[in-house]
Amino acid sequence: MKIGVVKEAWPDECRVAASPKNVQRLIKQGFAVLVESGAGVNASFTDQAYVDAGATITETRSAWADVDIVIKVRAPMEREDLNLHEADLLKEGATLISFIWPGQEKDLVEKLSERKATVLAMDCIPRISRAQKMDALSSMANIAGYRAVLEAANEFGSFFTGQMTAAGKVPPAKVMVVGAGVAGLAAIGAARGLGAIVKAFDTRPAVEEQVQSMGAEFLTVEIEEDGTGSGGYAKEMSQAFIDAEHALFEEIASDIDIIVTTALIPGRPAPLLITEQAVKNMKQGSVIVDLAAERGGNTAGAVADKVIESHGVKIVGYTDLPSRMANVSSDLYGNNICHLLDDMGKAADYRVDEEDEVVRGALVLREGEMKWPAPVKKLAEEIKKTESDSQEVPVIAGEKKSEEKDSGPWVMLLIGAALIAVGWTGSESPEPSFLQQITVFVLSCFIGYQVVWNVSASLHTPLMSVTNAISGIIIVGGMLQLGGPLNQPATILGVVAVLFATINIVGGFLVTQRMLKMFQG
Amino acid sequence: MIPAGAIAASYLVAAVLFILSLGGLSTQKTARRGNFYGIVGMLLAVGATTLLITGKATGFDSLLGDDATRNAFAGAIGVGALIGGVMAARVGMTSMPELVAILHSFVGLAAVLVGISTYLAPAIPVSEGGEFVHNIEIYLDVFIGAITFTGSILAFLKLRGSVSGKPLTLPGRHFLNLLMVSACVYLSIDFVTAEGHTAVESLLWMTLIACVIGFHMVAAIGGADMPVVVSMLNSYSGWAAAAAGFMLKNDLLIVTGALVGSSGAILSYIMCRAMNRSFVSVILGGFGTDGGGGGPAVTREQGEVQTFEAADAVDALKEASDIVIVPGYGMAVAQAQHSLSQVVDFLKEKGKTVRFAIHPVAGRLPGHMNVLLAEANVDYNIVLEMDEINDDLPKADLVLVIGANDIVNPDALEDPSSPIAGMPVLEVWKSETVVVMKRSMGTGYAGVQNPLFFKENTRMLFGDAKVVVDQLLTGLRS
Repeated sequence: MKIGVVKEAWPDECRVAASPKNVQRLIKQGFAVLVESGAGVNASFTDQAYVDAGATITETRSAWADVDIVIKVRAPMEREDLNLHEADLLKEGATLISFIWPGQEKDLVEKLSERKATVLAMDCIPRISRAQKMDALSSMANIAGYRAVLEAANEFGSFFTGQMTAAGKVPPAKVMVVGAGVAGLAAIGAARGLGAIVKAFDTRPAVEEQVQSMGAEFLTVEIEEDGTGSGGYAKEMSQAFIDAEHALFEEIASDIDIIVTTALIPGRPAPLLITEQAVKNMKQGSVIVDLAAERGGNTAGAVADKVIESHGVKIVGYTDLPSRMANVSSDLYGNNICHLLDDMGKAADYRVDEEDEVVRGALVLREGEMKWPAPVKKLAEEIKKTESDSQEVPVIAGEKKSEEKDSGPWVMLLIGAALIAVGWTGSESPEPSFLQQITVFVLSCFIGYQVVWNVSASLHTPLMSVTNAISGIIIVGGMLQLGGPLNQPATILGVVAVLFATINIVGGFLVTQRMLKMFQG
Repeated sequence: MIPAGAIAASYLVAAVLFILSLGGLSTQKTARRGNFYGIVGMLLAVGATTLLITGKATGFDSLLGDDATRNAFAGAIGVGALIGGVMAARVGMTSMPELVAILHSFVGLAAVLVGISTYLAPAIPVSEGGEFVHNIEIYLDVFIGAITFTGSILAFLKLRGSVSGKPLTLPGRHFLNLLMVSACVYLSIDFVTAEGHTAVESLLWMTLIACVIGFHMVAAIGGADMPVVVSMLNSYSGWAAAAAGFMLKNDLLIVTGALVGSSGAILSYIMCRAMNRSFVSVILGGFGTDGGGGGPAVTREQGEVQTFEAADAVDALKEASDIVIVPGYGMAVAQAQHSLSQVVDFLKEKGKTVRFAIHPVAGRLPGHMNVLLAEANVDYNIVLEMDEINDDLPKADLVLVIGANDIVNPDALEDPSSPIAGMPVLEVWKSETVVVMKRSMGTGYAGVQNPLFFKENTRMLFGDAKVVVDQLLTGLRS
């Protein structure tokens, strides 16, 4: 199996789909790797480094056409220098792994389909815990969040950390991060690292703890509405909520030096969060970095790929933040791809297995046949909370609990029915005390049920030995049977019963005592 | 002379004390008081009964047959107390499950004996026409007692390792059980309708069959399900005592039996839930040999295992600041808890955070690991339950898995075709590094491969847990 690492054609794209380290790993997985000459140069990877890693350097067409799998970062595009579309460079029936955005890029998918290509979109890897290591959106968002803070620092005219110098006192910068997803959390971490005071806003209450764990203050509006959507993303909020958000941001804007916005809702234009009024309220020289600029921006006036000035506030709309740290982002992206290929069976057992949930999710085309979008997964539970983007688990835990409770009424009804049945026969029986005994029995069961549920799990062993000792109460039965002379079988049985019950009582209590003593020590 | 009412009142107080006893176990602080209540309750009950049968209570003549019987009674109490005392003092904490199992069998046996004895010579006169109900009560008491008796004995042997822990799966075993139960029902018809007390034979035959049922039922259950079996037998021993209470018209026995019975039932339920298995499937048995193991989990290419030497693990421990230790049955078998406790002390002295994560079914008895760690003087405040620590595991620098397997298997969450799918597990693989101490690459009781061992952040450290932990201790100290 041959893999081709091609140079990115998008102007200013500095990333490459595999670093020399990744290439080494691919070779270890059993692949042969062809690298287009100069592919990594913008990410500070020389051709020589690739050769040293075991790859073969080749020219553009060969890297595209002489391989079984092409890996790249951006979706294929028109090549003006060659006067053709990159899709046409691909060998018929070959596989392409890159960002595709099949939802928006219908024409591209069409074109690739004509080439009978098999296409795996890195942007469609499902967000489940097993696939985390392949999730390029997360790894790139992490870099974007970090870089956003650095870009802000670059435009900002003061320190991040507060300083007390002989020349005078400088207060620390105040940073607000809007949207505490992967990028937001990375931005919080970076800003904290530089010494700023950080506040973060998110519509999903579940992220509060994560925000606080990063050392930032969590901001909320006083409207109860949970913004948790599916797949760990946020959902769109009601108008009242949005108004409250706007009011909040406008109010605190005057006190904030730097805002980083990262709010995106899947498949929608970015929501407007920082209104013109909020921008106006900010101090002169403040900075806003809008990570959603590509999709219209969270900030009034943000322009994609540009830094503009509005009311004395610089609004940074760069969309190529990961590319600005091409060395590390290439390496991490390459790792994502290595993990994906690992999951697909490495070179020896390479196959596009549609039973594999991760592969199925990422699969856009299979030998030209449309496969996107993947059918909705059967295993909702598999979407699990992860450290970097954890929003899901509380919901799942809640569902489980309600399931347990559901069985309650039936059990109660059954018990009730059984009791009535017993009462029925009990009243026929000439023993009036029988029903009374049943009453005692049932009530005791309930008491036992209530009491035992409170026992701490770590004391389950002592619980067993205590109940063991207590069940030695059967000794009373044995004692009551001692009525006859010793030569009667009934009496002998009684004596033996007393013997064993005593062993139980003494043994059970003593061993419990021993154990509990250890728990106290 | 003591008024008869005082005897009845003593029974009531004893019952209340037993309830308080179980209530006391809800926290470590009150646990010893709980045990004390239990002891007082038992002394009260036995004392009152002694007064009753020796004819000290008003309205009752001595119920003791003759002097020989009285001496035998005193002897039985004395010998029983001696045996029980010695057993309790000698038993090692790792063999707690065996002790608990054998004690269950005694309760079962006592219930059988009391039942038969009652049939031969009822201590409490049976009212006219009450024979029918009384006979049913005797029959049930003996039936439950016999199952508990043999079931517990086999559980004891399995836990000791005298008998293989593998489930015995006879062909048509469910049919066999059904046949035996039917036979018992058939015999019961003859028994309860017999005039006077003449159907002893039916009762004895049933006892025998019930013994076989108990034995066969536990034989079919695999070693990993032992926590469920032991708590189930715990429950049965309670029901047997309750049945004896009905039989003897003794409310104290009924109350106590019901308490113990429901306690055991709850424990069984908790254990089943911790393994994501239904109670019925555990009782039907055969786990680990059929139904599971056929999924892709076993055949799938698992990749490379990365190993660690003890010295590497020492370095990892030195570097880590947040350490979580997951003990399993392997630690108990190797008796590694004492050395481990010293390792923990050393690490804590160095200012590291060290915590234990306990899975509900780790070991062979509910709460088994907690007892072992307590024995080794590990502070119970750092011993956490699965639900308490699972969310913290991603933050841990190093997780040390000692002799545990199925309870840290990621397939339980990730592979729906795995036999253990859906079982809650400790998500150790989310931490920075996992070091797994194990004797070999063998599978756990569930018989399924563990992909944790092949994860990139996992290092295997092979060897006997005690030996390896000792090496760690020496390595850390040098």
